[in-house]
Amino acid sequence: MSQNKPGDIEVKAFATHQMIMQPNPFRRALRRVADDDRDDPVARAEKALAGLSGEFKNWMTIEADRLSAAWDAICSDGFTEATRGELFRAAHDIKGDAATFGFPSAGAAANSLCRIIEHAPDLARVPQDLIMHHIDAVQAIVRQRTKLDTVAMASELSRSLRGIADEFLTKANRDRPEHLEAILAPSIVPAE
Amino acid sequence: MFRIDFNKLRFLVCDDNPHMRRILRTLLHSFGAREVYEAEDGATALEMYTHYVPDIVITDWAMPIFDGIELAQMIRQPESKGNPYAPIIMLTGHSEKRRVTVARDAGVTEFLAKPISAKGLYQRILNVVANPRPFIKTKTYFGPDRRRNTSNTYIGPERRVGGEMEVMQQPSLIDKARSGI
Repeated sequence: MSQNKPGDIEVKAFATHQMIMQPNPFRRALRRVADDDRDDPVARAEKALAGLSGEFKNWMTIEADRLSAAWDAICSDGFTEATRGELFRAAHDIKGDAATFGFPSAGAAANSLCRIIEHAPDLARVPQDLIMHHIDAVQAIVRQRTKLDTVAMASELSRSLRGIADEFLTKANRDRPEHLEAILAPSIVPAE
Repeated sequence: MFRIDFNKLRFLVCDDNPHMRRILRTLLHSFGAREVYEAEDGATALEMYTHYVPDIVITDWAMPIFDGIELAQMIRQPESKGNPYAPIIMLTGHSEKRRVTVARDAGVTEFLAKPISAKGLYQRILNVVANPRPFIKTKTYFGPDRRRNTSNTYIGPERRVGGEMEVMQQPSLIDKARSGI
Protein backbone atom coordinates (compact mmCIF):
# COMPACT_ATOMS: atom_id res chain seq x y z
CA MET A 1 0.00 0.00 0.00
CA SER A 2 2.77 2.39 0.81
CA GLN A 3 3.98 2.07 -2.75
CA ASN A 4 0.73 3.55 -4.05
CA LYS A 5 0.69 7.20 -4.96
CA PRO A 6 -1.97 8.99 -2.93
CA GLY A 7 -4.05 11.85 -4.22
CA ASP A 8 -3.42 15.54 -3.73
CA ILE A 9 -3.57 17.12 -0.34
CA GLU A 10 -5.99 19.98 0.09
CA VAL A 11 -5.29 22.61 2.72
CA LYS A 12 -7.96 24.96 4.00
CA ALA A 13 -6.50 27.89 5.87
CA PHE A 14 -8.36 29.53 8.73
CA ALA A 15 -7.37 32.34 11.04
CA THR A 16 -6.20 30.03 13.80
CA HIS A 17 -5.48 26.76 12.06
CA GLN A 18 -5.12 24.85 8.85
CA MET A 19 -7.25 21.85 7.97
CA ILE A 20 -5.40 19.34 5.81
CA MET A 21 -7.37 16.80 3.82
CA GLN A 22 -6.38 14.14 1.41
CA PRO A 23 -8.30 11.45 -0.42
CA ASN A 24 -8.43 8.32 1.71
CA PRO A 25 -4.96 6.79 1.24
CA PHE A 26 -6.36 3.39 2.19
CA ARG A 27 -9.26 3.22 -0.22
CA ARG A 28 -7.58 0.45 -2.18
CA ALA A 29 -7.44 -1.65 0.98
CA LEU A 30 -11.22 -1.42 1.37
CA ARG A 31 -13.25 -4.09 -0.40
CA ARG A 32 -17.01 -4.25 -0.66
CA VAL A 33 -18.39 -7.68 0.14
CA ALA A 34 -21.87 -9.16 0.12
CA ASP A 35 -23.85 -8.77 3.32
CA ASP A 36 -23.92 -12.54 3.74
CA ASP A 37 -20.14 -12.83 3.43
CA ARG A 38 -19.06 -15.44 5.95
CA ASP A 39 -15.45 -14.47 6.32
CA ASP A 40 -14.91 -13.32 9.89
CA PRO A 41 -11.41 -11.94 10.49
CA VAL A 42 -12.09 -11.32 14.18
CA ALA A 43 -13.14 -14.93 14.76
CA ARG A 44 -10.07 -16.07 12.81
CA ALA A 45 -7.83 -13.94 15.03
CA GLU A 46 -9.50 -15.12 18.23
CA LYS A 47 -8.90 -18.68 17.15
CA ALA A 48 -5.24 -17.91 16.48
CA LEU A 49 -4.98 -16.25 19.89
CA ALA A 50 -6.49 -19.32 21.50
CA GLY A 51 -3.79 -21.31 19.75
CA LEU A 52 -1.19 -19.33 21.68
CA SER A 53 -2.87 -19.87 25.04
CA GLY A 54 -0.73 -22.89 25.86
CA GLU A 55 2.18 -20.48 26.27
CA PHE A 56 0.39 -17.95 28.47
CA LYS A 57 1.25 -19.53 31.82
CA ASN A 58 4.93 -19.59 30.93
CA TRP A 59 4.82 -16.00 29.68
CA MET A 60 3.08 -14.89 32.85
CA THR A 61 5.71 -16.61 34.98
CA ILE A 62 8.42 -14.76 33.06
CA GLU A 63 6.59 -11.45 33.60
CA ALA A 64 6.19 -12.12 37.33
CA ASP A 65 9.87 -13.02 37.66
CA ARG A 66 10.81 -9.83 35.83
CA LEU A 67 8.80 -7.89 38.42
CA SER A 68 10.57 -9.66 41.28
CA ALA A 69 13.95 -9.00 39.67
CA ALA A 70 13.11 -5.31 39.34
CA TRP A 71 12.30 -5.19 43.05
CA ASP A 72 15.53 -7.05 43.89
CA ALA A 73 17.45 -4.39 41.98
CA ILE A 74 15.81 -1.68 44.08
CA CYS A 75 16.64 -3.51 47.28
CA SER A 76 20.22 -3.64 46.09
CA ASP A 77 20.67 -0.21 44.47
CA GLY A 78 17.83 1.87 45.87
CA PHE A 79 15.34 3.90 43.86
CA THR A 80 17.08 5.40 40.87
CA GLU A 81 15.48 6.57 37.65
CA ALA A 82 16.50 3.29 36.01
CA THR A 83 15.35 0.95 38.80
CA ARG A 84 12.11 2.82 39.32
CA GLY A 85 11.46 2.79 35.56
CA GLU A 86 12.02 -0.93 35.27
CA LEU A 87 9.78 -1.68 38.27
CA PHE A 88 7.05 0.46 36.77
CA ARG A 89 7.34 -1.05 33.29
CA ALA A 90 7.35 -4.59 34.68
CA ALA A 91 4.22 -3.90 36.73
CA HIS A 92 2.64 -1.97 33.90
CA ASP A 93 3.20 -4.80 31.43
CA ILE A 94 1.53 -7.23 33.83
CA LYS A 95 -1.34 -4.81 34.30
CA GLY A 96 -1.87 -4.76 30.54
CA ASP A 97 -1.12 -8.36 29.65
CA ALA A 98 -2.36 -10.44 32.57
CA ALA A 99 -6.03 -10.49 31.63
CA THR A 100 -5.17 -11.59 28.09
CA PHE A 101 -3.04 -14.37 29.57
CA GLY A 102 -5.88 -15.49 31.85
CA PHE A 103 -4.66 -13.86 35.09
CA PRO A 104 -6.92 -10.85 35.60
CA SER A 105 -6.31 -10.71 39.37
CA ALA A 106 -2.56 -10.49 38.80
CA GLY A 107 -3.29 -7.59 36.49
CA ALA A 108 -5.32 -5.88 39.20
CA ALA A 109 -2.54 -6.29 41.77
CA ALA A 110 0.00 -4.96 39.27
CA ASN A 111 -2.25 -2.00 38.54
CA SER A 112 -2.36 -1.18 42.24
CA LEU A 113 1.44 -1.29 42.33
CA CYS A 114 1.64 0.99 39.28
CA ARG A 115 -0.52 3.53 41.10
CA ILE A 116 1.84 3.49 44.09
CA ILE A 117 4.89 4.00 41.88
CA GLU A 118 3.21 6.75 39.92
CA HIS A 119 1.58 8.70 42.73
CA ALA A 120 3.64 8.19 45.90
CA PRO A 121 5.33 11.53 46.70
CA ASP A 122 8.53 9.74 47.73
CA LEU A 123 8.95 6.07 46.85
CA ALA A 124 11.74 5.65 49.37
CA ARG A 125 9.21 6.44 52.10
CA VAL A 126 6.59 3.96 50.94
CA PRO A 127 6.47 1.06 53.40
CA GLN A 128 8.50 -1.72 51.78
CA ASP A 129 5.93 -4.27 52.90
CA LEU A 130 3.29 -2.54 50.81
CA ILE A 131 5.33 -2.96 47.63
CA MET A 132 6.49 -6.46 48.54
CA HIS A 133 2.94 -7.64 49.23
CA HIS A 134 1.92 -6.59 45.73
CA ILE A 135 4.82 -8.47 44.17
CA ASP A 136 4.19 -11.53 46.32
CA ALA A 137 0.52 -11.42 45.36
CA VAL A 138 1.36 -11.41 41.65
CA GLN A 139 3.74 -14.34 42.14
CA ALA A 140 1.20 -16.28 44.20
CA ILE A 141 -1.65 -15.71 41.75
CA VAL A 142 0.49 -16.83 38.83
CA ARG A 143 1.97 -19.90 40.49
CA GLN A 144 -1.16 -21.10 42.30
CA ARG A 145 -3.56 -20.66 39.43
CA THR A 146 -4.19 -24.35 38.89
CA LYS A 147 -5.91 -24.70 42.25
CA LEU A 148 -9.64 -24.38 41.77
CA ASP A 149 -10.24 -22.45 44.99
CA THR A 150 -7.72 -19.73 44.21
CA VAL A 151 -9.73 -17.70 41.71
CA ALA A 152 -11.96 -16.04 44.30
CA MET A 153 -9.04 -15.76 46.71
CA ALA A 154 -6.88 -14.08 44.08
CA SER A 155 -9.61 -11.60 43.33
CA GLU A 156 -10.10 -10.83 47.03
CA LEU A 157 -6.35 -10.49 47.52
CA SER A 158 -6.06 -7.96 44.70
CA ARG A 159 -9.07 -6.03 45.94
CA SER A 160 -7.63 -5.84 49.47
CA LEU A 161 -4.25 -4.66 48.23
CA ARG A 162 -5.89 -1.99 46.10
CA GLY A 163 -7.85 -0.79 49.12
CA ILE A 164 -4.74 -0.53 51.29
CA ALA A 165 -2.73 1.13 48.51
CA ASP A 166 -5.49 3.66 47.79
CA GLU A 167 -5.78 4.52 51.47
CA PHE A 168 -2.04 5.12 51.63
CA LEU A 169 -2.01 7.18 48.44
CA THR A 170 -5.00 9.27 49.46
CA LYS A 171 -3.31 10.23 52.71
CA ALA A 172 0.10 10.76 51.14
CA ASN A 173 -1.35 13.04 48.46
CA ARG A 174 -3.73 15.07 50.58
CA ASP A 175 -1.75 18.21 49.68
CA ARG A 176 -1.29 17.27 46.02
CA PRO A 177 -4.70 17.76 44.40
CA GLU A 178 -3.59 16.81 40.89
CA HIS A 179 -2.46 13.39 42.11
CA LEU A 180 -5.49 13.00 44.34
CA GLU A 181 -7.73 13.65 41.38
CA ALA A 182 -5.89 11.07 39.30
CA ILE A 183 -6.05 8.51 42.10
CA LEU A 184 -9.79 8.93 42.52
CA ALA A 185 -10.61 9.16 38.80
CA PRO A 186 -12.51 6.21 37.35
CA SER A 187 -10.80 3.91 34.87
CA ILE A 188 -11.82 3.90 31.21
CA VAL A 189 -11.65 0.09 31.29
CA PRO A 190 -15.11 -0.95 32.51
CA ALA A 191 -14.13 -4.21 34.18
CA GLU A 192 -11.19 -2.71 36.07
CA MET B 1 -20.51 -4.05 3.78
CA PHE B 2 -16.76 -3.40 3.63
CA ARG B 3 -13.80 -5.54 4.54
CA ILE B 4 -10.19 -4.54 4.85
CA ASP B 5 -7.63 -6.15 2.59
CA PHE B 6 -4.96 -6.42 5.24
CA ASN B 7 -2.49 -7.77 2.74
CA LYS B 8 -2.40 -4.29 1.20
CA LEU B 9 -1.39 -2.65 4.44
CA ARG B 10 2.01 -2.39 6.07
CA PHE B 11 2.16 -2.32 9.87
CA LEU B 12 4.79 -1.20 12.35
CA VAL B 13 4.35 -2.60 15.85
CA CYS B 14 6.30 -1.02 18.69
CA ASP B 15 6.24 -2.65 22.12
CA ASP B 16 9.10 -3.46 24.49
CA ASN B 17 7.33 -6.59 25.66
CA PRO B 18 8.10 -9.58 23.40
CA HIS B 19 4.93 -11.41 24.45
CA MET B 20 2.71 -8.52 23.45
CA ARG B 21 4.55 -8.21 20.13
CA ARG B 22 3.91 -11.91 19.52
CA ILE B 23 0.21 -11.44 20.26
CA LEU B 24 -0.04 -8.42 17.99
CA ARG B 25 1.80 -10.21 15.20
CA THR B 26 -0.51 -13.20 15.56
CA LEU B 27 -3.62 -11.04 15.44
CA LEU B 28 -2.45 -8.98 12.45
CA HIS B 29 -1.39 -12.04 10.47
CA SER B 30 -4.74 -13.66 11.28
CA PHE B 31 -6.51 -10.60 9.93
CA GLY B 32 -4.56 -11.15 6.72
CA ALA B 33 -1.61 -8.77 7.09
CA ARG B 34 1.63 -9.89 5.48
CA GLU B 35 3.92 -7.02 6.28
CA VAL B 36 4.32 -6.54 10.02
CA TYR B 37 7.53 -4.91 11.24
CA GLU B 38 8.43 -4.92 14.91
CA ALA B 39 10.43 -2.59 17.14
CA GLU B 40 11.13 -2.96 20.84
CA ASP B 41 11.58 0.70 21.66
CA GLY B 42 10.67 4.11 20.34
CA ALA B 43 14.07 4.90 18.88
CA THR B 44 14.16 1.72 16.82
CA ALA B 45 10.57 2.28 15.79
CA LEU B 46 11.39 5.75 14.48
CA GLU B 47 14.22 4.34 12.37
CA MET B 48 11.96 1.61 11.02
CA TYR B 49 9.22 4.13 10.39
CA THR B 50 11.51 6.11 8.13
CA HIS B 51 12.89 3.03 6.44
CA TYR B 52 9.78 0.93 5.88
CA VAL B 53 7.17 3.71 5.57
CA PRO B 54 4.37 1.76 7.28
CA ASP B 55 0.73 2.57 6.63
CA ILE B 56 -0.30 2.11 10.26
CA VAL B 57 1.69 2.31 13.50
CA ILE B 58 0.61 0.42 16.61
CA THR B 59 2.60 1.47 19.65
CA ASP B 60 2.78 0.87 23.36
CA TRP B 61 3.10 3.86 25.68
CA ALA B 62 5.57 2.86 28.41
CA MET B 63 8.89 1.90 26.83
CA PRO B 64 12.56 2.54 27.56
CA ILE B 65 14.73 5.10 25.69
CA PHE B 66 11.73 7.05 24.45
CA ASP B 67 8.15 6.12 24.85
CA GLY B 68 5.12 5.88 22.61
CA ILE B 69 4.09 9.49 23.20
CA GLU B 70 7.51 10.75 22.15
CA LEU B 71 7.38 8.45 19.13
CA ALA B 72 4.02 9.95 18.12
CA GLN B 73 5.38 13.47 18.57
CA MET B 74 8.39 12.69 16.38
CA ILE B 75 6.23 11.17 13.65
CA ARG B 76 3.89 14.17 13.72
CA GLN B 77 6.45 16.66 12.49
CA PRO B 78 4.97 18.44 9.48
CA GLU B 79 8.42 19.47 8.27
CA SER B 80 9.98 16.03 8.59
CA LYS B 81 11.17 13.96 5.66
CA GLY B 82 8.96 11.04 6.59
CA ASN B 83 5.21 10.71 6.36
CA PRO B 84 3.67 12.68 9.24
CA TYR B 85 0.14 11.50 8.45
CA ALA B 86 0.24 7.76 9.20
CA PRO B 87 -2.44 6.64 11.66
CA ILE B 88 -1.04 5.87 15.11
CA ILE B 89 -2.91 3.45 17.35
CA MET B 90 -1.82 3.69 20.99
CA LEU B 91 -2.19 0.28 22.62
CA THR B 92 -1.48 0.69 26.30
CA GLY B 93 -2.05 -0.52 29.82
CA HIS B 94 -2.83 3.05 30.85
CA SER B 95 -6.50 3.31 31.55
CA GLU B 96 -7.04 6.82 32.85
CA LYS B 97 -8.98 9.41 30.93
CA ARG B 98 -6.22 12.00 31.33
CA ARG B 99 -3.89 9.60 29.48
CA VAL B 100 -6.27 9.51 26.54
CA THR B 101 -6.10 13.29 26.42
CA VAL B 102 -2.29 13.31 26.53
CA ALA B 103 -2.17 10.72 23.71
CA ARG B 104 -4.68 12.67 21.65
CA ASP B 105 -2.68 15.87 22.06
CA ALA B 106 0.48 14.07 20.92
CA GLY B 107 -1.23 13.24 17.63
CA VAL B 108 -2.36 9.70 18.35
CA THR B 109 -5.21 8.65 16.07
CA GLU B 110 -6.83 5.90 18.14
CA PHE B 111 -6.46 4.79 21.75
CA LEU B 112 -6.90 1.15 22.73
CA ALA B 113 -6.61 0.24 26.40
CA LYS B 114 -5.32 -3.21 27.29
CA PRO B 115 -6.31 -5.97 27.75
CA ILE B 116 -6.18 -6.37 24.01
CA SER B 117 -8.93 -8.16 22.10
CA ALA B 118 -9.13 -9.15 18.46
CA LYS B 119 -12.37 -7.22 18.12
CA GLY B 120 -11.00 -4.06 19.72
CA LEU B 121 -7.92 -4.04 17.53
CA TYR B 122 -9.89 -4.76 14.36
CA GLN B 123 -12.33 -1.96 15.09
CA ARG B 124 -9.54 0.57 15.62
CA ILE B 125 -7.87 -0.45 12.37
CA LEU B 126 -11.19 -0.38 10.51
CA ASN B 127 -11.79 3.10 11.85
CA VAL B 128 -8.49 4.53 10.62
CA VAL B 129 -8.77 2.79 7.26
CA ALA B 130 -12.42 3.54 6.50
CA ASN B 131 -12.83 6.88 8.26
CA PRO B 132 -9.60 8.86 8.13
CA ARG B 133 -9.88 12.24 9.80
CA PRO B 134 -8.50 15.46 8.36
CA PHE B 135 -5.35 16.81 9.92
CA ILE B 136 -5.22 20.05 11.85
CA LYS B 137 -2.21 22.29 12.09
CA THR B 138 -2.07 25.06 14.66
CA LYS B 139 0.79 26.83 16.40
CA THR B 140 0.90 24.12 19.03
CA TYR B 141 -0.59 21.04 17.39
CA PHE B 142 -0.22 18.94 14.28
CA GLY B 143 -2.23 15.77 14.02
CA PRO B 144 -5.60 14.24 13.27
CA ASP B 145 -8.60 16.39 14.03
CA ARG B 146 -9.21 15.96 17.75
CA ARG B 147 -12.87 16.83 17.39
CA ARG B 148 -14.96 13.88 16.36
CA ASN B 149 -18.20 15.75 16.76
CA THR B 150 -19.10 19.21 15.55
CA SER B 151 -21.15 21.61 17.56
CA ASN B 152 -22.20 24.84 15.90
CA THR B 153 -23.47 26.15 19.20
CA TYR B 154 -20.19 25.75 21.11
CA ILE B 155 -18.90 29.17 22.18
CA GLY B 156 -16.26 28.14 24.73
CA PRO B 157 -12.65 29.33 24.78
CA GLU B 158 -11.40 26.48 22.60
CA ARG B 159 -13.68 27.24 19.69
CA ARG B 160 -11.77 27.53 16.46
CA VAL B 161 -12.17 31.03 15.11
CA GLY B 162 -11.77 32.67 11.78
CA GLY B 163 -13.58 32.14 8.53
CA GLU B 164 -12.17 30.15 5.71
CA MET B 165 -9.60 32.25 3.91
CA GLU B 166 -8.94 30.25 0.80
CA VAL B 167 -8.34 26.78 -0.42
CA MET B 168 -4.73 26.18 -1.32
CA GLN B 169 -3.56 23.24 -3.34
CA GLN B 170 -0.20 22.15 -2.03
CA PRO B 171 0.99 19.11 -3.92
CA SER B 172 4.46 19.68 -2.49
CA LEU B 173 3.19 18.48 0.86
CA ILE B 174 2.23 15.12 -0.53
CA ASP B 175 5.58 14.87 -2.25
CA LYS B 176 7.15 15.43 1.12
CA ALA B 177 4.82 12.99 2.84
CA ARG B 178 5.69 10.17 0.49
CA SER B 179 9.17 11.16 -0.52
CA GLY B 180 11.63 8.42 -1.08
CA ILE B 181 9.01 5.84 -2.08
